[in-house]
Amino acid sequence: MAALELRSVSKAFKASKVLDSVSLAAEEGEIVCVFGPSGSGKTVLLRLIAGVEQADEGSIMLEGRDVTDTAPEARGVGMAFQNFALFPHMSAFDNVASALTARRASPEAIRGKVEKIARLLKIGHVLEHAPRELSNGQKQRTALARALVADPKILLLDDPLRNVDAKLRYEMRLELPALLRTSGSTVLYVTQDYKEAMALGDRIAVLLDGGVAQVAKPADIYREPATLGVARLFGDPAINLVPVQPLASPSGPKIGIGGASLSLPASYAHAIGKRCMLGLRPESLAVEAQPSQESFDVDLVAATPLNEKTLLLLRTADGRELLASEPNADEAPRRHGPAFARFDANAVLLFDAANGRRIAPQSA
Amino acid sequence: MESTSFIERILRGAALSLIVIFFLFPIFWILLMSFQTNEEILRIPPSLFFTPTLSNYAALITGKLATVSGTLDIAFMKNLWNSVLLSTASVAIALALGVPAAYAFARFKFRLGEDIAFTLLSFRFAPPLLVLLPLSLYFQALGLTDTYVGLIWVYQLIALPLILWIVRGYFEDISPDIEHAYRVAGHSWGRTFLRIAIPLARPGIAAAGLLAFIFCWNNFVFALILASADKQPVTVGALAFVTASGIQYGQIAAAIVLSVTPTLALALYAQRYLVEGLSLGAVKG
Repeated sequence: MAALELRSVSKAFKASKVLDSVSLAAEEGEIVCVFGPSGSGKTVLLRLIAGVEQADEGSIMLEGRDVTDTAPEARGVGMAFQNFALFPHMSAFDNVASALTARRASPEAIRGKVEKIARLLKIGHVLEHAPRELSNGQKQRTALARALVADPKILLLDDPLRNVDAKLRYEMRLELPALLRTSGSTVLYVTQDYKEAMALGDRIAVLLDGGVAQVAKPADIYREPATLGVARLFGDPAINLVPVQPLASPSGPKIGIGGASLSLPASYAHAIGKRCMLGLRPESLAVEAQPSQESFDVDLVAATPLNEKTLLLLRTADGRELLASEPNADEAPRRHGPAFARFDANAVLLFDAANGRRIAPQSA
Repeated sequence: MESTSFIERILRGAALSLIVIFFLFPIFWILLMSFQTNEEILRIPPSLFFTPTLSNYAALITGKLATVSGTLDIAFMKNLWNSVLLSTASVAIALALGVPAAYAFARFKFRLGEDIAFTLLSFRFAPPLLVLLPLSLYFQALGLTDTYVGLIWVYQLIALPLILWIVRGYFEDISPDIEHAYRVAGHSWGRTFLRIAIPLARPGIAAAGLLAFIFCWNNFVFALILASADKQPVTVGALAFVTASGIQYGQIAAAIVLSVTPTLALALYAQRYLVEGLSLGAVKG
């Protein structure tokens, strides 16, 4: 039995359909990151599960119980809102305790639990402060504490790191997984930062255009994105996409980039003749000074050193721009001008240009 | 603030003093009048120097008005009590009805919602005299003429739209997520309204209540037509000072001072709620 299950849930606001028949399940104790660009309906999805919004169609099951028509207070979920939504007229302590007072616990028990979670989140010293006296980071931790304090079976976190500064976000990204594990809750974590999703999620559900484009483990999503859209969302810099049409040749399928004819693995034989998009991750492109077999001519336009890697902007013979990234080495800086690029044929991704779906290699 | 020069501060002080004198002088003059006899008030030229007398206040409180043509009974203290009773009860009822209604209009979209809200507001457009004639006929038929209940009911025309529209705006300013968070934490809809929405809208509720109280207190025509002497508030009761033997300016001034005091006290008390900026720092701006 899944701890959380959405069955073809749809939701529209006025004329625009935000979620179109979304199905998703999470096992007990699992952290599922809901990832997607802004406006893809991530927040709406969480609000439907919390009961703050009503689904137009479909049903929502929590631990096997149909809660589609249950009031939010009876669903037993914990939720942290993106804008914190702290109660401005209550102290941080009362904010956190509000999740317990409804359950008629004794004052001592409430105090104990609040102080325990506050210690864990390092807000013990500001519990008597009003929300307006808290820093952004403290507000965010208070909101998290409020969601966590009652040990909810289902924990909904709506982009909790969105409104905090970069340093704190980085810190929390390291702390959160351990914190969420100890809570033992099933977590749905909404984010629009793919790195956050990769770092936190046991699985990632990619929401695109109102539907779930793919649900998979972080590494699988990166290696084997289901669609062009998913491939575009993961990776920094973004994946290079080149329209190609594989042709048959005695040595296997061939594609043309910038006038050169390059080999694809034989497992892509079934894509021959189709109009495709070739996806090349920047790190699978190697740039060399000397030509070799399977390399193609490029013009190295710019080299941008980042912390741990250097970004290379290449232009192919037919004017297409490609990005390559390579780990920083102690070599002499790259010289601009003509060079030769080569891709790792086993790391390429091929998508059907007509419907954007990935064409998986087929073993013969 | 440190950058303001000495001259600037002097000028600013002078301008503020001018405004204060302009607005407060009439009240100050009435205060002086209330301690003078009619003869002193009416002498020409008027003077700031006089021997103060408490006879005006004494007459109001004892209810015996001494005029040239004999002693008249007046019911000023009764009128004052009526004003307090009518205004307080009206505002209390208007708050009890208006605050939940304002919340409903602010949070829920329902059929004819905007039309109902606008109809309620339109009560404020209609000139009172226009509705008074039919209203007095209805009141006679219903037996509501000259009753506190009837007056309090009519006063809802003044208080209810005011409270509804002011408080609605305050409810709309509260982020719905704050209420959602309280419900997700396990609290019912009703508790959320009482523990979150009302405390956060309190500055608005205080302001609307105060304004409604002042408008009710200052109402004249409704009470003039729909009530007789023993149910009338001070605004109507002041007419008694226009007697056959002349206008009793001293008593009128004293009556004004006494009738302004309760609203002034209320305004001073409610002031701290009016300026309370509770919503600050609630959600990330």
